[in-house]
Amino acid sequence: MPTTSDEVLIARIAKGERLAMEELYGRYRVPVYRFALRMVRNPTVAEDLNSDVFLDVWRQAGTFEGRSAVSTWLFSIARFKALNALQRRPMEELDDEKAGAIEDQADDPETALAKKDKAAVLRACLLKLSAEHREIVNLVYYQHKSVEDVAGIVGIPEATVKTRMFYARKKLSELLTEQGIERGWP
Amino acid sequence: MSTAKQSEPSEIELLLPWYAAGTLDPHESQQVEAALAADPELASRYEWVRAELAQETLVSEAAGEPSARDVKTLFAKIDALPARKSRSSIDLGGRIAEFLASLSPRTLAWSATAAALAIVLQAGFLAGIVLKERSAGGYETASAPANVSGEGSYVLLRFQPQASAADVANFLETNKLSIVSGPSTGGLYRVRVAPTKLAKADLTRIVNTLQDNKVVGFIAVTE
Repeated sequence: MPTTSDEVLIARIAKGERLAMEELYGRYRVPVYRFALRMVRNPTVAEDLNSDVFLDVWRQAGTFEGRSAVSTWLFSIARFKALNALQRRPMEELDDEKAGAIEDQADDPETALAKKDKAAVLRACLLKLSAEHREIVNLVYYQHKSVEDVAGIVGIPEATVKTRMFYARKKLSELLTEQGIERGWP
Repeated sequence: MSTAKQSEPSEIELLLPWYAAGTLDPHESQQVEAALAADPELASRYEWVRAELAQETLVSEAAGEPSARDVKTLFAKIDALPARKSRSSIDLGGRIAEFLASLSPRTLAWSATAAALAIVLQAGFLAGIVLKERSAGGYETASAPANVSGEGSYVLLRFQPQASAADVANFLETNKLSIVSGPSTGGLYRVRVAPTKLAKADLTRIVNTLQDNKVVGFIAVTE
């Protein structure tokens, strides 16, 4: 059965069709939530952001001009709201205990290293990246966004997208080195 | 690898994360493939990129899903807004015209890609069902596969976007794999690699072997 395109759903949402809203929400609620959670590291805040993102879609669907993919628009709204939330709650963002909700499957780097599990160390180090680096790593590796898409979501040139991802990886390498895992450059 | 090169990453090295994620265009993918084949050190670094992608995927999947509270909150807020004029009386002709008009070349291209992918993955899924029937020696339905979460050893697997239906079917059959669920976010499938619970070392060995196959874009052990 052919699937209705995101663009058509947005056009219907702009006309007030609740069913179209439910369909779009069903498609993107999980990826947007997981992106938001990687950014803010707090499930309750991420859920609030998620519903706020789709509320914005409901309100602003009529202004969507189709210059980018609908998913790019959704992630850029989510990113903006996540950054605002981080500004409002900077101390909580830095609180590792608050991050525990999504870190419960990963040991801290020291414990993981003690178990000689490089994958677990890498996972723990990914969780320790800055919000700026967590954002790009998630968009590239998990959300499968192209260079062009990431540029649209983050609002930076494509060349900057590539170098920012490189520096995120370089930081990851430094965190691994601190845990005794030397992988070379970056 | 020279020091100068180390301080200034090449364009190819910058593209490795997108190559691993399967989001480069065909021309760029070919360039990366050629560079990986010619430069063992770059190939070694690429293994770390793949490891990063695997672990970021596991971290994100572990985040779960928004609760029912989320959807209730959203639609309660929508209901609280002033009502908008709704075209619930369906103007089918108008909808079709609107749908066709909304299809930009980019959308059409993606629709074609999505359709091709659906064919590939459906073929993979069907092949998996056939294999399950063969291995179990009995009948299993697609909607309720036996032993989905019970005994057995499983991986999360995503196929390369460019993998053909024949490649996927052959891969599943050759390695005696069966898809038990999926795709989830990111096109991930839960695949059974053995009917019994394997030791971690044995499972890791299987994953290491499978990840070298050209149809595999991502693979990681899962419960």
